[in-house]
Amino acid sequence: MLASDVLVAQNVGFAIIAAIMVIGALRVVTTKNVVHAALWLVVVLAGAAAQYILLAAEFLAVTQVMVYIGAVMVLFLFGTMLTRAQIGAEKDLNNKNAIIGLPIAVLLLATMLIALNDGFKAEKLPADSPLVTTQQVSDQIFGIYLLPFWALSFVLLAAAIGAIVLARRD
Amino acid sequence: MLLNQFLMLGAVLFCIGVYGVIVRKNAVLVLMSIELILNSVNINLLAFSLRNGSPDGHTFALYVIAVAAAEVGVGLAMVLLMYRNRRSVGLDDLSEMKG
Repeated sequence: MLASDVLVAQNVGFAIIAAIMVIGALRVVTTKNVVHAALWLVVVLAGAAAQYILLAAEFLAVTQVMVYIGAVMVLFLFGTMLTRAQIGAEKDLNNKNAIIGLPIAVLLLATMLIALNDGFKAEKLPADSPLVTTQQVSDQIFGIYLLPFWALSFVLLAAAIGAIVLARRD
Repeated sequence: MLLNQFLMLGAVLFCIGVYGVIVRKNAVLVLMSIELILNSVNINLLAFSLRNGSPDGHTFALYVIAVAAAEVGVGLAMVLLMYRNRRSVGLDDLSEMKG
């Protein structure tokens, strides 16, 4: 069966990328070096872009690469270098009562996995549904979601001005 | 492909992000954990968008990305200000409100 072969390839790709993403995310929250955490975050964000392509959202994937890997990561590295006297491993990155984080995260994960398993047991994604095109997305943004788009542009303007006001030396 | 595999990947990333927000003291690392959470939400939105064949999820994911970029900009400016005023980015040091 040709169609199922394609799906097997997709599933293998998904599994590899998902494993890389989970390992990268775990390294982001456990590493002792802030710069290493930023670089592992690049791995996770690139993996997310790959998952977007698997989900047939190529415009979102390109946006993810440009905005996150291009802009946000540069911001993070600048933030790290402007606030750090030392580049290297540090001891003092975790909270005093960090031990409580693990049970909370595990409980949350167990709850979510049980709920997802109950809700969508083995529901398949439709393999032959019409794909969402970038044209449709832009029609929505500049159509029914125009007002949120304006609001968002004001949010970005306010954030840019706010960042300048906060960070400049006067 | 199952719908659930994407939702579960999102759930795992979300919980790792929550763990990072709780455990980390360095403000930059907390912001990175928040990025993990926002990305897991985006994966869920796009999975449901493919399932329903509707472009709503794509639109919302784009808005989430834009808001996340704005949040990182302001957040890092605040971290910079905090470092300039007290030479540290530890969130535990911000304890003036403690009685």
